[in-house]
Amino acid sequence: MVTQETPAGSGDQRTRYLKIENITKKFGEFVALQDISLDIYKGEFICFLGPSGCGKTTLLRAIAGLDIQTRGRIEQDGKDISNLPAAERNFGIVFQSYALFPNLTVSKNVGYGLVNQRMGKAAIGERVAELLDLVGLGDQGSKYPAQLSGGEQQRVALARALATSPGLLLLDEPLSALDAKVRVFLRQEIKSLHRRLGVTTIMVTHDQEEALTMADRIVVMNQGTIEQVGTPIEIYRNPMSPFVGNFVGTMNFLSGVVTGAASVRLGAMEFDCANGVGGLTEGQAVTVCLRPEEIAVRGVASGGANSFEVRISGLEFLGSFYRATLQAARLGDMEIIADFSINEVRDMTLDEGATIQIALPGEYIRIFAED
Amino acid sequence: MTEGVTTLSAVAPKARPILGRDDWIMRWGLLVLGVWLSVAVVLPLYTLLSKSLEDHGGRFIGLANFAEFFATPVLFHSIYNSLTIAIISTAITITLAFIYAYALTRSCMPGKAIFKGIAMVPILAPSLLPAISLVYLFGNQGMIKGVLMGETIYGPIGIVMGEVFWTFPHALIIIITALSMADARLYEVAESLGTSKLRTFFTVTLPGARYGVISACFVVFTLVITDFGVPKVIGGQYNVLATDVYKQVIGQQNFQMGAVVGMVLLVPAVLAFIADRIIQRKQVALISARAVPYHPKPKTRFDMAMMGFCCVVGFMILGIIAVDAFASFIQLWPYNLTLTLYNYDFDLRDGGGWASYRNSIVMASYTAVIGTVIIFAGAYLVEKIRGFTVIRSLVQFMCIIPLAVPGLVLGLAYIFFFNHPANPLEFVYGTMAILVICTVTHFYTVSHLTATTALKQMDPEFEAVSMSLKVPFYKTFWRVTVPVCVPAILDISIYLFVNAMTTVSAVVFIYSADTTLASVAVLNMDDAGEVASAAAMGMMIVVTSAGVRALHALLTRGIARTSQAWRVR
Amino acid sequence: MRVREYCQKSALFVAAAAVGLFALGLGGGAALAKTQLLVYTAIEADELAMFKREFEKDYPDVNIKWVRDSTGIVTAKLLAEKNNPKADIVWGLAATSLVMLANEGYFQGYAPKGVEKLDPAYVDSQNNPPLWVGQRAWIASVCFNTVEGKKKGLPVPSTWQDLTKPVYKGHVVMPNPNSSGTGFLDVSSWLQIWGEEKGWAFMDGLHKNIAWYTHSGSKPCKQAASGEIPIGISFAYRGAKSKNKGAPLEIVAPTEGLGWDIEAFGIVRNTKNLAAARNLADWSVTLKANKIYNKEYAVVAMPGVAKPVKNFPKDITKKMIKNDFAWAAANRMRILKKWQTRYGAKSLPKKK
Repeated sequence: MVTQETPAGSGDQRTRYLKIENITKKFGEFVALQDISLDIYKGEFICFLGPSGCGKTTLLRAIAGLDIQTRGRIEQDGKDISNLPAAERNFGIVFQSYALFPNLTVSKNVGYGLVNQRMGKAAIGERVAELLDLVGLGDQGSKYPAQLSGGEQQRVALARALATSPGLLLLDEPLSALDAKVRVFLRQEIKSLHRRLGVTTIMVTHDQEEALTMADRIVVMNQGTIEQVGTPIEIYRNPMSPFVGNFVGTMNFLSGVVTGAASVRLGAMEFDCANGVGGLTEGQAVTVCLRPEEIAVRGVASGGANSFEVRISGLEFLGSFYRATLQAARLGDMEIIADFSINEVRDMTLDEGATIQIALPGEYIRIFAED
Repeated sequence: MTEGVTTLSAVAPKARPILGRDDWIMRWGLLVLGVWLSVAVVLPLYTLLSKSLEDHGGRFIGLANFAEFFATPVLFHSIYNSLTIAIISTAITITLAFIYAYALTRSCMPGKAIFKGIAMVPILAPSLLPAISLVYLFGNQGMIKGVLMGETIYGPIGIVMGEVFWTFPHALIIIITALSMADARLYEVAESLGTSKLRTFFTVTLPGARYGVISACFVVFTLVITDFGVPKVIGGQYNVLATDVYKQVIGQQNFQMGAVVGMVLLVPAVLAFIADRIIQRKQVALISARAVPYHPKPKTRFDMAMMGFCCVVGFMILGIIAVDAFASFIQLWPYNLTLTLYNYDFDLRDGGGWASYRNSIVMASYTAVIGTVIIFAGAYLVEKIRGFTVIRSLVQFMCIIPLAVPGLVLGLAYIFFFNHPANPLEFVYGTMAILVICTVTHFYTVSHLTATTALKQMDPEFEAVSMSLKVPFYKTFWRVTVPVCVPAILDISIYLFVNAMTTVSAVVFIYSADTTLASVAVLNMDDAGEVASAAAMGMMIVVTSAGVRALHALLTRGIARTSQAWRVR
Repeated sequence: MRVREYCQKSALFVAAAAVGLFALGLGGGAALAKTQLLVYTAIEADELAMFKREFEKDYPDVNIKWVRDSTGIVTAKLLAEKNNPKADIVWGLAATSLVMLANEGYFQGYAPKGVEKLDPAYVDSQNNPPLWVGQRAWIASVCFNTVEGKKKGLPVPSTWQDLTKPVYKGHVVMPNPNSSGTGFLDVSSWLQIWGEEKGWAFMDGLHKNIAWYTHSGSKPCKQAASGEIPIGISFAYRGAKSKNKGAPLEIVAPTEGLGWDIEAFGIVRNTKNLAAARNLADWSVTLKANKIYNKEYAVVAMPGVAKPVKNFPKDITKKMIKNDFAWAAANRMRILKKWQTRYGAKSLPKKK
């Protein structure tokens, strides 16, 4: 299996902080992680993204030492931690459930790990105040977790995880239990906290929007393997597999056949693809992928490159844009989903039942061999 | 920049996790618990089994003892009697408990709390007590013996009446829980569809509560078939398995045959236990969806009828206790009705005198404290340990076994195991320690399940958080787990205390001259014909259990108040 | 925070208390300086306190620990512990049982100081020094509740055979000989009076009238005293005692003869407290002890001591059968097994 990674930023200032080598995790017969390898650099914000059951949490817990891998090595800051128990590793962790100690006040929760570090009482108090200020809960120290809102509780959990200044911050679906609004707000909070503290952070999420907005790099996982590693833009723009394309953003999947070094046939039509067909041989059955917003409608002339006539069989208003379902006789049963801006719909009076010209821009066409 | 890594998983080194200090402590802890349970449950039962396959001289003779048992019509007949009694008692108890529970959960009758409290009273008494009261009520000199229309109370009628009294609260608790889980939405749907009340009852209420009812049936069945307090006092010549064990072992010291009857007694208990486990597994699936709680609406006639029923049942329960109390103050029933405290002069009688009462208090206190510590810490270890799966499942299984082992069988097994000269633990035989070990073990499983439930309700990641913060697990256990679980811990300790006060079946085999117990004294005084004193000692047990329960209620309320800041939900 | 402290403190206290109490409970007994003498006995509880008090007055260094139960139970318990005896001395148990136990090698011989003053019939004549020494005899009797008898129109029985008459159907209880020494001496005496065949035939007849068999020998009389049953086959001491307390009882001594047994003692072979055990043995044959025996029992081991006991049937001693202890001991197991097979289960009480 080949994984490709393109680290955030350019230049070679990056120091490798976490080195994950050939991690396999089995639960009985079930293989939760299969031969995972990954490097994470100091100060990075990494998101493990994937559907439930893809192994992202398992990988996080292996890194934490909570569920140690069956095979493979993990190195943190140059030190082999593969077999170390969690208590001897260096990380802070935040869970979806907050896992705040209900019978301890917010201050006691945040200071929980400090008490064990033989710090003086005053020093602990100072540090706790500082952390609470950091997460914007400076005046809530004497309350109990149950007296706080979900978002506030998660910030307490964050402060507690950061209290001992760990080298690695692990976030296991930290926002999933929160309301949509709070989630968006806390997303920015965490991101800015990360910017300020620069602590290497790994966040597990199944929410692509979260991953796209927060991560320096995203690790897309599926069925215990890494599908792709890359910056949000890379992941979105250049999905390396139909799975990634489908999981991150929306994608049209059309069945086609390779007809040349840079052309495919869809239904009864042939299309040019500017990026070539990736070395696939002629006659190979392929999946042709295209994002809905990449489908051009404005200024498409009949007979232009990759253009053809479609009928709008459905048009759905989604607030900031319209999503159209397009059919064409020459595509057979295949439907294409296209996103049109409000302006386009207004200007071109697009409507259900209308027949229009669209183009599938060659530079956006991605081709994957069909399994 | 692109890095490509291709590796085969076979090449990757196998992880060999280093165990942290926490892991070591927990594993040792679990091992200690495993050894404890082996000594307290597994080995004694094994000794019992092997004893049943030996002759008097200790030679292995296969199933010859069993053959003898089944060839002895007297003994064999007891199986039939036991089953008859158990089935009839179960049917009556479940019917009464269901209506009572229905009244408590589905009506708007007044005084629900009082009725619930009254229904719990039998738990505070040893099973011998209702039997003694029944003798006073329906015996040949009984206060209202005419009610029986010439039938004798000594035999199946008396046994069934006593067992129904004694098992009633056990069934009630389970059925109340089952009925409280009803989903109000189902009733709203039924009503909106114009379903008749009766049909709603049969299509919604009964199916919803059926697992609870079945579970209650098994519990009552097992309690009855393994109880020997009631048949001992009031059984007359109607032999049941439980009294057979006692007669074989205590009466004739025929340990081999006692072991055989014990093994036979184990069969229905284990079968009921397995069936109940299977059913409970199904029930979990049933209630996993979140339901809207049902709130009954006032319906005057229905509510009054329900209240009438509860009054009758409540009156009977209190009546039994009152008769016992009354009898304990009578000089010589029925010839000399002057009131006296003479019957409370236990030192003049068999059974160990007042010392037995003091012993019971001491034993119950040890059991409550030591038992709670072992059981709660044990449940924590079983629940939270990482890895160590084989030992963990083994220990977990051992935690469940005691539920299927009748007290008589356990006590018998203890004689064989602990009174063996070759056993290095022989020194505990005849001490308070063996009584405590036996009682903790006897009531282990229910307490273990209570603790497990409480622990499961806690966030499973507390331990992970502690590890990440480098705080040892035992600190978190002490600072967080224990305080959060205080209500469950109190429940466990009170459960152990009250049961230790009232239990007879297991300890009757292993008490010694220095460690006579109040509940056993009730038995022995009744045996010696000192029925009034037996009633008096029974009252001492009831009053003590009730007092401790009241204390528990106060404590629980106090804790609820002081912890209300964080204990919300 | 206060909650937490509260919880922690209370939990700490509880744990400390647990450990402390447990240690105390386990080790407490050993701390006492007095010799703890473990005495297995079948003597009624209400007498034991007095014996203990009087003995310890004379031997202040010894502290008696009683293990008391019905004769059958104590016997069976001793048998069960045969390989690992716990008792220091068996005291106040039926001679039949002691003879049987002696045959099992349970006792060590010892001639208490002054044993020669006792009636030789009360001392083990097979061994020298004797393995067991008798204290006093207890005698079978029938307790008849006059009030209930009158109510039910029952005549006062005067013979054992009377009790098999249909009029008494369901009105008689007797102790189960398997658990009760009194029950056994009844059965044993009937077999000795009439011989095996007739004896068992009598019991077949009696069995038809028995309402239930009791665990202990005193219960039939106590139940007769409370009117729970009109007739209880028990022993004279228990009947007299209940009658003294005001129960409407008549103590009947059937004319065919009365079964009886001796309460006796024997020192266990492996006792660790031999001196104390011998102290009790010596004390038990003194005049003082015999006088105490006589408080409740009419027949004691030391000749010339016994005075009549209130409410004992007259001439009861003359009705005592010639009891063959050796025969009883040798046949005890066989008789009990046969009895159990015949009458062990009275599955359903007969309707009246």
